[in-house]
Amino acid sequence: MSYCKQQGKDKIIFVTKEDHETPSSAELIAEDPNDPYEDQGLILPNGEVNWNCPCLGGMASGPCGEQFKSAFSCFHYSEEEVKGSECIEQFRTMQECMQRYPELYPQEEDEEDKQSNRNAAEGEEQPSPASS
Amino acid sequence: MLKCRAAWQKLAPLVRSSSTLCRKSAKQTVLKCESSFRPTQRASMSSGPPGGSSDNLLYYLLVGGTVIGGGVYAYSTLHGDKVRYQERIAEIVSRQNKELTPTELQPTEKGEGGSEKETAPPSEAPPVETEQPPLEAVESAPETVPRPEVPPHAPYLLIGGGTASFAAARSIRARDPGARVLIVSEEAELPYMRPPLSKELWFSDDPNVNETLRFKQWNGKERSIYFQPPSFYVSPQDLPYVENGGVAVLNRKKVVHMDVRENKVRLDDGSEISYEKCLIATGGSPRNLQAIERAGEEVIKRTTLFRKIEDFKSLEKISKDVKSITIIGGGFMGSELACALGRRARESGLEVNQLFPEGGNMGKVLPEYLSNWTTDKVKTEGVNVLTDSVVKSVSYQDDKLEIKLKDGRVVKTDHIVAAVGLEPNVELAKSAGLEVDSDFGGFRVNAELQARSNIWVAGDAACFYDIRLGRRRVEHHDHAVVSGRLAGENMSGANKPYWHQSMFWSDLGPDVGYEAIGIVDSSLPTVGVFAKATAKDTPKAAAEESGTGIRSENETEAVASGASESTKTPSSPQVPQQGEDYGKGVIFYLRDNVVVGIILWNVFNRMPIARKIIKDGEEHTDLNEVAKLFNIHED
Repeated sequence: MSYCKQQGKDKIIFVTKEDHETPSSAELIAEDPNDPYEDQGLILPNGEVNWNCPCLGGMASGPCGEQFKSAFSCFHYSEEEVKGSECIEQFRTMQECMQRYPELYPQEEDEEDKQSNRNAAEGEEQPSPASS
Repeated sequence: MLKCRAAWQKLAPLVRSSSTLCRKSAKQTVLKCESSFRPTQRASMSSGPPGGSSDNLLYYLLVGGTVIGGGVYAYSTLHGDKVRYQERIAEIVSRQNKELTPTELQPTEKGEGGSEKETAPPSEAPPVETEQPPLEAVESAPETVPRPEVPPHAPYLLIGGGTASFAAARSIRARDPGARVLIVSEEAELPYMRPPLSKELWFSDDPNVNETLRFKQWNGKERSIYFQPPSFYVSPQDLPYVENGGVAVLNRKKVVHMDVRENKVRLDDGSEISYEKCLIATGGSPRNLQAIERAGEEVIKRTTLFRKIEDFKSLEKISKDVKSITIIGGGFMGSELACALGRRARESGLEVNQLFPEGGNMGKVLPEYLSNWTTDKVKTEGVNVLTDSVVKSVSYQDDKLEIKLKDGRVVKTDHIVAAVGLEPNVELAKSAGLEVDSDFGGFRVNAELQARSNIWVAGDAACFYDIRLGRRRVEHHDHAVVSGRLAGENMSGANKPYWHQSMFWSDLGPDVGYEAIGIVDSSLPTVGVFAKATAKDTPKAAAEESGTGIRSENETEAVASGASESTKTPSSPQVPQQGEDYGKGVIFYLRDNVVVGIILWNVFNRMPIARKIIKDGEEHTDLNEVAKLFNIHED
């Protein structure tokens, strides 16, 4: 059983699990997916990539930012059967850049990129990973 | 056209005089004719006796001579004018060339800034131009030109090297391809995050944490407090030239003067940097107690005003050397440091005191019942808490600091940490002509964080208009990130107002923590809905599940990975312990019956719901129903 007490201007309610099992009657206003003020996710409403998405970390803003943007854009707009298979060059350029900054783009991230490379182009020889 | 006018103006008097002469001559002729008919002589022109053909010849000679003379005069005057004009232009051009030559030594990659200088009206002779050449002329060798340490121009200039500045830099780089961003920082450090300085760094097992500044998150993953390692940044010298632009940090330099009309700033070493867009993210400086400031050198050097890395390093070292530390202040930082030091005290026997005027820890934030509960928690962390304490005076006696309180109590200690608030750094307001807010302090900016045409302000120093909650100034990490990012977006062309509500969090030791959003002021009426806490409801568990150590990053990382759902394992209810009435719950802060602030007490990963409720700004009649949305009984 829930109970409630009042301490001056502050109200305190204790609730049990059962009290909160019934669905809430509080109404929330429906979200507008095209709200220009809201922070957008990775893909903007117009279909473009949101380079400022916090989810990308510093990938689009670092020294290899331009290479990353071109590789990822190519991948994003790719219409090939194996998505991004025509973007090998951009990914390779990006990887070369990232290998110059091992501090920023640690080995594990390189592994992820290689994984996406492998997915993008089957059977293609992958460059050997730089020594950590 | 001017030539014609000038010519006409010169010729006009001549024309007039010649026309008069002509008329005179005409009159003469007429009169002569007349006189030839009249037998009687009449007194006519004084100019020579009227005569026959010899007179006509004389007349023609006179007129011809006048015309030729006039023509010669006109020609020589005009020519002289032209020569004078050309000389003047040549002089001006040569003066311009003299000014431009030193700056032209830099390759033309300056972009718009360079052309701005060239098109500046030469007649005004801007003094700024003459200040730069000596600096650069001195450094430049005849053949190769070493790049100046301070670049003369930065398209994006960010004043201040903290969280807001870094977030803005990242935002600008993401949106404006090849952007060149220059951060000017007073500190010697690259941009870093502050929350671990009063929390995680103290819990580290690493004895070298003072040097490495790395902290282990609860999930075992280690990270540095620096946002990015040095290799991320470009050097300031190379910033104008690197192919794809970058972010450069100019350390140990302070901006002392801002010229808004000329779009440039002056540093403390005299060098000047012109900009196109400028962000002021100067943050704040810790306040001090008057009692300490007037207590003399011996007291001041035993007092820490905690904010920067160097403060952490020094306090960390001191905590090993002294026997007693007293923290003055009962807010976020004071309480966090007290808990951190209290934990250390268990091993070292260090005495940790905390004193403040309020009735309990976080007295200005938490409602009274919760503040009291929190104070008890802080005490169990090993801190000697003195509430309702106002400092009267501090003195140094017998190798100890003596803090005298107004109620007569005396606290003897070796070192003081003053955590009594932050004063926003608004020194630039005067030279820049920016407004400072009298209620909240800080630079006054609009909802888009803009102060004036090309100037934005973000972070602790910004007093901004929040569309939902009204004008405010927020001193939290996530706000610095959110406002910095927004300022960066608006600097690179967007026009978004402050809309995404920032959150903040605090941990009191590793077992109790809360997240909050909006206006959380204990003077507002509150409604708290609580359940009992179990072992799963700790900050430790929350971080372990989400895989990050910094809680504000929880949500943002979730966006990319598709919202990692927290595993729903049934939590066994624990036997209620003494005084554990407020285990976990939600507290709503109300203003005119609208929820303006929410605290999630030991309830984690629910911030998006809280954010939504504040954004809606609705009047909810039953807040218990709203609390149901949070599922506080679940993990």
